[in-house]
Formats: sequence, structure tokens, C-alpha cells
Amino acid sequence: MGAHSTYSPKTGIGRWVDARMPLPRLVHDSFVSFPVPRNLNYAYTFGGILALMLGAQILTGVVLAMHYAADTRFAFQSVEKVMRDVNSGWLLRYLHANGASMFFIAVYLHIARGLYYGSYKQPRELLWILGCIIYLLMMATGFMGYVLPWGQMSFWGATVITGFFTAIPLVGEWVQQLLLGGFAVDNPTLNRFFALHYLLPFMIAGVVVLHIWALHVVGQTNPTGIEVKSKTDTVAFTPYATVKDALGMIVFLILFSYFVFYLPNYLGHPDNYTIANPLKTPAHIVPEWYYLPFYAILRAITFNIGPIDSKLGGVLAMFGAIAVLFFVPWLDTSRVRSAAYRPWYKLFFWLFAINAIFLGWLGSRPAEGAYVIMSQLSTLYYFAFFLVIMPLLGLFETPRKLPGSITEAVLAKHGGHGAALPQGAAAAPEHKG
Amino acid sequence: MSTHDVSEPTRRDFLYVATGAVGAVGAAGLAWPFIDQMRPDASTLALATVEVDVATLEPGMSLTAKWRGKPIFIRNRTEKEVEEAKAVQLGDLKDPVARNANVPADAQATDIDRSAGEGKENWIVMVGSCTHLGCVPLGQSGDFGGWFCPCHGSHYDTAGRIRKGPAPQNLAVPVFSFISDTKIRIG
Amino acid sequence: MVSGGMRMNKMMASLAVVGLAMGLSGAVAQEAEHSEAEPTHFPIHKPEYESWSFAGPFGTYDKAQLQRGFKVYREVCSACHSMNYVPFRALEGLGYSEGQVKTIAAEYEVQDGPNADGDMFTRKAIPSDYFPSPYANPEAAAASNNGAAPPDLSLIAKARAVERGFPNFVFDIFTQYAEMGPDYIHALLTGYDQTPPQGMEIAEGTHYNPYFIAGKSLAMPKPLSDGQVTYDDGSPGTVDQYSRDVSAFLMWAAEPHMDDRKRMGFRVILFLLVMTGLVWATKRRIWADVPH
Repeated sequence: MGAHSTYSPKTGIGRWVDARMPLPRLVHDSFVSFPVPRNLNYAYTFGGILALMLGAQILTGVVLAMHYAADTRFAFQSVEKVMRDVNSGWLLRYLHANGASMFFIAVYLHIARGLYYGSYKQPRELLWILGCIIYLLMMATGFMGYVLPWGQMSFWGATVITGFFTAIPLVGEWVQQLLLGGFAVDNPTLNRFFALHYLLPFMIAGVVVLHIWALHVVGQTNPTGIEVKSKTDTVAFTPYATVKDALGMIVFLILFSYFVFYLPNYLGHPDNYTIANPLKTPAHIVPEWYYLPFYAILRAITFNIGPIDSKLGGVLAMFGAIAVLFFVPWLDTSRVRSAAYRPWYKLFFWLFAINAIFLGWLGSRPAEGAYVIMSQLSTLYYFAFFLVIMPLLGLFETPRKLPGSITEAVLAKHGGHGAALPQGAAAAPEHKG
Repeated sequence: MSTHDVSEPTRRDFLYVATGAVGAVGAAGLAWPFIDQMRPDASTLALATVEVDVATLEPGMSLTAKWRGKPIFIRNRTEKEVEEAKAVQLGDLKDPVARNANVPADAQATDIDRSAGEGKENWIVMVGSCTHLGCVPLGQSGDFGGWFCPCHGSHYDTAGRIRKGPAPQNLAVPVFSFISDTKIRIG
Repeated sequence: MVSGGMRMNKMMASLAVVGLAMGLSGAVAQEAEHSEAEPTHFPIHKPEYESWSFAGPFGTYDKAQLQRGFKVYREVCSACHSMNYVPFRALEGLGYSEGQVKTIAAEYEVQDGPNADGDMFTRKAIPSDYFPSPYANPEAAAASNNGAAPPDLSLIAKARAVERGFPNFVFDIFTQYAEMGPDYIHALLTGYDQTPPQGMEIAEGTHYNPYFIAGKSLAMPKPLSDGQVTYDDGSPGTVDQYSRDVSAFLMWAAEPHMDDRKRMGFRVILFLLVMTGLVWATKRRIWADVPH
């Protein structure tokens, strides 16, 4: 990056700082002059939206922590105090609770965009893996955050999720007690979950920095999947991508506000407005919606597989469903990156997306009757998509003809209008490794 | 969207300024709840009045009540203490203002305006928080027989007026009233 | 690209139909297991949609209704149900003045202390106190009620919602239906006095109510009867009216800032729409000369 820096401080103070700690240069090179493909569509704004949501969650989270009491005797009460007595407290809590859901909506769309346009393919494997790590950390953070209000779903969700670890042979029980700090979910559990729920977002922020760093080394993909070849293929991040990201964020904020102000409890569960009772399990334990597909996979394994009993099998399938994401760069054997030029992959991708939503719905159903069979079929497709379809399609599919360059693709779309970029619009192209 | 658009610099500038300005207003509006949440909440404000029973306080006895998280000194002063306080010349006072929320803000620090008023001169009600840096002064001690703050050595007289030491003001008298002969409502 | 997009749309539509069919077949499979006498899914009847003044984006609480509902709570429900998270001072939200709130609070006795002698004592409640519980602790509440402790009512309107099911849960996003709680409470309170179907076993000490969310019968006997509470404003003294009013009151108790929330929401979304327009125009300007 440094080699191509176009930053030249105009003032004496600017030069003074630049010689000692070139932070303004870093910002300029990363977020102003950084070249991005000119054909990015709105699917590419979710990265910015996610950064916004991470910031929003940390901000609302920090102020909520000023009022929250991480003690089983006071936790529920302290949340009610936030909702009733703290100035703007209801707003901050609804922002935080719904913000978590919005964060996951954005991350799922971001992942879907990556899968659709083949963003994980060489040379962006590490970028993709860092993203998977962020997603894992988000899941852990979300889960522990949901325990904090100390409602019925908090308690029983924590009981069930930490119960996963008892499936591990020999040491399972020991691991669960280690996590809980006792024999059941109780005060030690709540305390450590609060501490970790406060810590993990900052770890996420750290991995996000690495994610962006990796992105800026290899450059962004684009809907054609062709690498940047010449200066006319790109525009400068600011103002071109900045304003597009801003528009994406504002529209996303409308969706966010709609839920916060008009349906603040739609995405939550009514049972969490009942204080935790270790002696009484709710009729149906359902995790937050963003875990539902994985919950459905967990429950789909109702049979023993050789020496693996159904309990361990379910847990392995569930963790496997996430673990498989890490291997996607090597499971996809296609030479063509973008689904736009892969008719069959496109079909299987949309089937996968619908299947994932369907799995989510199944996760909210009771595990009985036809639902179990449907969950098993859906789980089968989930894994088949990654483990069978992805490797085989690359070998058998005939991709459509790729355009020669991004510029060519753009100009073809516009029917030959506007041959070149106007003065100053293009930015320096990136050199790929 | 085509290259035939003619750019009009003034219109473009106006649009950028308008967008930036509206965005700034939005950001400021968004900042408010984050500041607002730090103010005392409704349950804290609701505790802003307390009622204290003083029936058992004979002259020369004190009690300490809690109001808004701070100690409130309520003392039924002896006649001697009242006389001593009355005898002090206003010119000798470091802070000549009454600092009593129940009388006009510019009232002088006479003993009557420091106490519970006409007919109740023996009663004094004060926030027990040193006006220097907020420590709790000790009763009936110090060079003037009133209160003495051990933290940094401020001496108050029997009417709670600062006489010596770093504290800048007399001990504050909160809003209070006798709702009966034996009951005081603070706040 | 255009033809590709159209093909895409068609494909999406057919996939959606397949998904829908799968979902529906599942729902039908569930339905078939139902039997009149031994239902397996509760409530047996879904609550009806009532009309609430606080529904929708511009809904606000009807203070006269809240005051009536409070009267029902005070004279009937509070005999067994606590409301631990609601302080008397909050009653100003029902339209009462500070003085009226003090009077209401003074009708309750609360425990305080210890006093200077180290003893607990009872005194008249003041606005900063919370509604006292009818029982000393949950165990006492359970012991006095056949083992079933009456739930706290502070949050009951948000803690009870009959499952919406597909596709209602999708429509709810657009209709902003968020009154599951009060609809349920109203349905439950008006759902007594029905004869259980032939062959249904009702457990000893419980009462059949097809609207009960967690079974065919519940421990709470029919709490309201016509004429039980006398309204000051001439509203009809019927079970239906009591149920409606107390449901509204309980919604307020669970969500006292709802009016503020919806009012602020309108302003925020209006602002964001203006902002969207401006950013969109700015974006058009910036990208005007760059085909993309």
C-alpha cells in the first residue's frame, strides 16, 4: 500500500505529523484514495453497514452496562429499571436488542454476497477465514448477551447451549462445569458471561481490522468476478464508494428504526419477560432467530451414526455446519469466480439460500413429526451444497463467457455510452500478488 | 444516469452542504440519548423527599438522616450554642451568605437565617458534606464548637458557618419544612 | 443481464412456491394430530383481534381506559397478583396528578425499616414505593393457591403471546401487529364459562378455558363477573369491558413508554427518509459521469 501512497500533506502540521506517525496517510490511503471496482452494487455495502452496527452495538452496550447489574438477584430488575426509569433507557435497550438482530441480518447478507460472487476464492482465502472468525465471535457474543436479562429464555438457552459440551466423550461433564462455574447455570455463569460479553466485541473489532487489512491487500471483488486490470476499472473509495455505503447505511437504519420503534419485541421471545426460574422449563426452548438454522441441524440428528450417538452427532453436525464455511475456498473448484457467469451454481446458490431460511423456520418448530424429516432433508442439502455441489460443479459446469475486463462489462451494460472515465475519477489500480 | 448530465457546481455544492448539515443534525440528535441516560433516573428523583421524625431529639442532640445519598445533619441546638452563633459579627465570617435554600439567595448568614427560622431557632438542618471537597464533618468539634472536617481541616461554627480552613462556603441548608412539631420533610 | 434477471425472478418464484408447499404440508400434518377431547396444542382457540387505541404507528394509550383498568387491577387482580416492577409514581402516566398518586399510594401499607430499634415496621406507601405483593414470597403465594403461584403482572402483557405461525408472522411485520399480549389477556378473561368437549378430562382444582396458552385448564378460577367493579365514568360494568380495560392497563404496566416510543419513531423515520433522499441525490450527482 505504502508504495502507491498519493497522500501529500498540505500544511506544515500535516507534514510534521506525517513524518512522525503517518496515521492521516493510512486513513487517506485506506478510505480516500483506495481504488475500488467501479461496478460494485449495493450488495457490497454490507461491509460498511456491519462496521456501523458493530459501533452501534458497542456504544449502546457500554451505556447499558452503566445500569446493568450482573447478579442473578438483580439482573432482571436492573433491565426493567433501564426500561422504565433510566432516561432514554427503553430506547437504548431496544436499540441494543434489535441491533443484535440487525447485525446478524447484515452479516448473513454479507456472507451470502461473498458466496454468490465467489469472494472467498484465491487470493482472498484468508480474508474469508477472518470473516468466519468474526461470525463465530458474533455468535458467542450474541448468545452470552441474550443470557444477561436473566429471563426464562436466557436461562434455558444457556442451559441447553452449555449442554452441548456434555456430548464430548469423557471430559464433557467437566467442560460444562468449567463453563458454568457450577453444576447449573447460576450466578457465576451470569458474571462470566457479562465479562465476556463486554470483552468479545472488542476482539471482534480487532479481527475486523485484520479483515479490512486483508481486504486492502488483495482488493475488493466485484460482480463480474474479474480482477482489476487497468486504471479505468476502478474509482476512488471516496467519494464514490463512501456515498454508496452511506446510502446503504441510511436505508438499513430505516429498517432498524422500524423494528426499534414499532416492533421492538417482534424479534425477541415473550418468555424472556418472565424472570428466570431454574425449576420450570418453558414449553418450547427456542434460540434467537439467527441461530435457528443451526438449531434445526442440531435436532435433525435423531439417529446414532456408528459409535457416535445422536446427541454427539447433533452437536458435531451443528459445529460442522459452521466449520465447513472455513473450507469453502478449497471446496469450490470452479475457475470462474462470480455466480453471474455460473448458471448452475447460481441455481444451487439460491436453493441454498431458501434452504437456509427454511431450516431457520424448522428450528422454530417443535422437534416432532414431519418437521424432523424436513429438518433432515434440509440439513442434507446444507452439507451437500458445500461438500458435493461446490467441488463437483467446478468440474462439470460450463461457465458463460467472461467479459475482457470490468470496464468492458460496464460499457457493454450501458450500450457503449461514456467510453472512458472522467478526469480524476479513476484511482491507481492495485497490484495483485 | 449518463454522461450528458451537465454539472452545475453551485447546485452540487448546495446538495453536499445540505446533506452534510442534515446528517450533522441527525448525529447530534442521536448523541442525546447517550448523554441523557447519565442523568439521575426516575427512581432516583423520586427519592428526592424524605420525612424524618425528630420527636426524640432533646436540646444538644443530633441525628443524621440520608437524603439524595448524602448525610443530613439535624441538630436541636442548646441555648448556649444559639447564643454563641448569634454573637458572631457578620464581618468575621468567611462566607457572609446564608446558603439556605429556604430563604432568598442573597440573604445574610445571620443565625436566624441559618436555622429553621423564627420560633425554631434551636433547629438547624444542613447537608453534612464539607463545602471544600465533600467529606463528612465531625459534630461538636473544631475551634468553634460546631463542626470540623478532618479531611483538610475546615472549622464550622455552631450555625454551620465556615470560620477557618480551606472550605469556601457555609454548610448548605437544604429545602425543608416542619410538617408537624416533630416531623421534618427534607426536599 | 436483463434476461438473466427475469429468469432469476421466475426461478425464485417457483422455489418460493416449493418452500411454501413444504411449510404448509408440515402445518397440515400438525393439524391432523389434533383431537377434540385431547388437544395437544394450546391454546385450543386463538385469541380474537380486539381493537386497541394503542395499536398501530400512531396509537396512544386511552388514559380513561387505563384508569378503569387500574381500578379492575386494584379491586380484583391485586388480591392474588403482584406487580413488582411498577412504582406508584408511574401512575402519573395514567393521567393522575401528583396529589392523586399520593392519595392512591397512601391506601397501601408497605414494610420499611429497620428503624432505630432495629425493628421492621409498616407505614403508608409513598409515590416512590412499589406496589406491595399480596404474598410475602413466592412460596407463600403457591401455598395459598393450590401450588400454582399467581404470576407477577408487571410484564404479563409482553410475557404472553400466542404463537402466530406462518404466514401470520410475516404479515405482522407490515401490519405492525404487536398486541398479542392484550388480545391474549382479554381472550383468557372472557374465555371461562365454556363447557369442555365431550370426554375431556379437567384436572381437579383447575378451570377449563380454551384460550389458556399452556393447557386446557388453569388454576385461576374465573376472576371477573358482571357488575363486580363500579366504574366512575359510566362505562358498562361487563366482564368484556373489564377484561378490555385491564388488558390495556397491563399493556401500559409492561410498556409505560410506548407513546413516547411511537412518537419518536415517527420523527426518526421521517428524518431518515429525508436523509435518504439527500444522500441518494448526492450519490446520483457523484456517480453522474461514471458508468457503473
